[in-house]
Amino acid sequence: MTNKIKSAKLPSGLSRRALIANGGALVVGFSLSDALAQAPEAPPVAAAPPPPLPGSLRVAPMIDAWIRIDAAGKITVLTGKVEIGQGVKTALRQVAAEHLGVPLGSVTLVTADTARTVNEGYTAGSQTLQDSGTAIMHAAAQAREILIKIAADKLGVDAATLKAEDGFVVAADGKRLGLGELVAGDVLKVKAEPATASKLRDPKSYKVIGKSVQRVDIPDKVTGGAAFIQDFRPEGMLHARVVRPPSYGAKLASVDTARIETLPGVRGVIRDGNFLAVIAVREFQAVKAMEQLAAAAKWSEQPTMPEQASFAAWLPAQDKRAIPIRDVKGDAPAPAKTLDLEYFRPYHMHGSIGPSCGVAQFKDGDMTVWACSQGMFPLQDAVAQLIRLPKDKVRCIHLEGSGCYGHNGADDAAADAAYIAFKMPGVPIRVQWMRADEHLWEPYGAGMVMRVKAGIDAKGMLTGWDYEVFTDTHSTRPGGAGSTLVGQSIENGFKLPAPQPAPQPNGSGDRNIIPPYKVANLRLIHNFQPHMKLRVSALRGLGAYSNVFAIESAMDELAAVAGEDPVAFRLKHLVHDARATDCVKLAAEKFGWKAGAVTGRGNGRGQGVAYSRYKGLAGYCAVAVEVEVDQETGRVRLVRAVAAADSGTVVNPDGIKNQIEGGIIQSASWTIHEQVSFDRTRVLSRDWSRYPILRFSETFESVEVHVIDRPGTPFLGTGEASQGPTGAAIANALFHATGQRIRALPFTAPRVKAAIGV
Amino acid sequence: MAKLSINGRAVEVDVEADTPLLYVLRDDLKMNGAKFGCGLGQCGACTVLVDDKAVFSCMVPVSVLEGRKVTTLEGLGTIDKPGPLQRAFIEEQAAQCGYCTAGILMRAEGLLRENRRPTDAQIRERLSANLCRCGTHNRVIKAVKRAAEYLRTAATTDSNRT
Repeated sequence: MTNKIKSAKLPSGLSRRALIANGGALVVGFSLSDALAQAPEAPPVAAAPPPPLPGSLRVAPMIDAWIRIDAAGKITVLTGKVEIGQGVKTALRQVAAEHLGVPLGSVTLVTADTARTVNEGYTAGSQTLQDSGTAIMHAAAQAREILIKIAADKLGVDAATLKAEDGFVVAADGKRLGLGELVAGDVLKVKAEPATASKLRDPKSYKVIGKSVQRVDIPDKVTGGAAFIQDFRPEGMLHARVVRPPSYGAKLASVDTARIETLPGVRGVIRDGNFLAVIAVREFQAVKAMEQLAAAAKWSEQPTMPEQASFAAWLPAQDKRAIPIRDVKGDAPAPAKTLDLEYFRPYHMHGSIGPSCGVAQFKDGDMTVWACSQGMFPLQDAVAQLIRLPKDKVRCIHLEGSGCYGHNGADDAAADAAYIAFKMPGVPIRVQWMRADEHLWEPYGAGMVMRVKAGIDAKGMLTGWDYEVFTDTHSTRPGGAGSTLVGQSIENGFKLPAPQPAPQPNGSGDRNIIPPYKVANLRLIHNFQPHMKLRVSALRGLGAYSNVFAIESAMDELAAVAGEDPVAFRLKHLVHDARATDCVKLAAEKFGWKAGAVTGRGNGRGQGVAYSRYKGLAGYCAVAVEVEVDQETGRVRLVRAVAAADSGTVVNPDGIKNQIEGGIIQSASWTIHEQVSFDRTRVLSRDWSRYPILRFSETFESVEVHVIDRPGTPFLGTGEASQGPTGAAIANALFHATGQRIRALPFTAPRVKAAIGV
Repeated sequence: MAKLSINGRAVEVDVEADTPLLYVLRDDLKMNGAKFGCGLGQCGACTVLVDDKAVFSCMVPVSVLEGRKVTTLEGLGTIDKPGPLQRAFIEEQAAQCGYCTAGILMRAEGLLRENRRPTDAQIRERLSANLCRCGTHNRVIKAVKRAAEYLRTAATTDSNRT
């Protein structure tokens, strides 16, 4: 660090905001270190604490942590978040380009790298635009003003007469200064001001935000470019494979590694406690050696899991910490009708199409790890602890992987690679998991039981809502080495720390437990049960999918007993929320929803609707679907889906559509197909044949997404907005198609056939 | 030693005869198009064409490929000059993570080499050998139809020229 004008040196009573407010004297603070050095030391002034900085500027307030411009005018934007197929590499560039006033193509983006970027934790919870996008937006707008002020000084004109556009600061007389000419010294190495100081572009003048620009990553991905960590091949790299135990808690009783070490290309076998790996020159040599090593390994196994068939009854009976989320008693008439309902979701897989991959190299005392997981800084902690190195000796760099949808095997594969690389210094080690590794060892989305007791009065208004969710933890992310499989497996290894529930409003298994509807009496309990009989962690939306499935199924059941149309029933309980109302109305209108035309006809074709606002604070989404049920087989055919989404300021409309559409299709797959199968000892879903997912022949005939733009309002996370409503909308459509309500997921053909009794 | 024809180029690789084509493409030839997904012929991420037919390259040992023509994603075009399917996938933004996309594109290529006027049902049926997890199915179907249109238009233009 060589900067001389750190904002920390600014006199505390003379904030840059005050300078701005006092009109134009800003040049002092930004362009001339002399001027700053001459500023008198002001006495500390007791002032109200400044408002928190917007987005992730809160954790990293320096503007040049986010935006850097070199003397050649090259613009680099840095984010602590990562691309996981959600399109943020493109959207974050759009935000930066818009507020800097530069062409989109001139922005280079660096994603999470512990040596270069801000620590923004995990890329999770649909928060990239909200956290990083907001930080970049304000950093860019403030950087632009800094450069304009410098230009004004250079040109001897009033800053108000200058504009930043197309990568230049342009004067009224047409004179243009390139940004590179303005950035001498450390002019961006200053602390950001609060949001009120940012001169954000007027949404009406947006040139890049709000446009469906094409994703920057897709051309490489469709032409065979090196787009993924799987395509990363550092010079001299060796291939490693890990032989994982056949079941949770299995102990390696014996293995004869001598013969394996003599196989073609094999460079080594590592055995440490229950950790077993083989390293070879060529990838297929590693695969063959791994197969032989697996055959040679003898494991002792114990039955540790409950019976799958009775899991839904087993779960609520387990030890629990009952966490009250809401307990409100209000005025409401006695209910005229009540319902007491129970819903179930099984364990779900992330099911990445590409098994996890990690690359690591330990050289000259430094460990470098390339990983495709969601948090490079937490992974850095895990690896440092695992190999007992100081944190500053471990660098973690994100490279894109196959879609992960949460905490899949990616952190584990990276930790595997780091551990093996540490044992074989100098050589880059690539660990590619096999299909069964991913299926059997990724941490699943936990099984859940949801109980709803609800009443309505004679007018069909909700009187009370009593809801309990029963579920395991929804996060065992790193953290420490104890969160990784290798850390748990080695001799004198590490233990998973006792998981804790995340508090509302994000929540964990209780995510989206708060119904969006107006109700006088509300009691909500999150029964936190970290039994961890199966390995579990964060899967897209955590508890949101299941809670919304239960809430929105129950709302449909209540509408049915009230004899009301499901859309109208929802709307009359949403009058307090105009954006929610707009969203439901738009989905219904675009779908062609006809009140009263859909209720429980049982003729094999049905329509269903559902709504939620993700986490109660992110994107709004309503989904209407039509399904058809084959009366002979019970097979659910997806006919069409129509969604409305409100994500606040829309950065990339097609990006939002893609996320909502993908969420709908993935959720449809969860809903009609998916459950992890297991016996008392082993997980049985070891490949796609035992964990079927939606195929092309089964997708909707059409999926339509209608985006409501709210320019100038905060970004609202979208990536996990549509899964909950979709599951419930399918459940509701299935009811209207068959006259039967199915409350246990998934809606497989045999289950539906049994329910309709044909 | 295996002699192969990859995207019209003759190559010789020194590998054991049971090595699946996928590993030769990725490991020996450093090509990125074909992806490892399952190694079991269940997901299609590794799909390439052998003599115009889509195959799972994770299941085909190199020893059976002598004298046959292998086409991979790299054979359909480049980032500067993308082929019709590649163009259509970019234009429809028919990807999220994009990992499965390469294999899907190759299976679609196999279909379009047989049939330049595939119906939605034919596209859905054919692509069902491939899995996508992000939920890009409907965009992919649109992209394949768009590519078919490009091919038909190109064919018409060509025949007008001759």
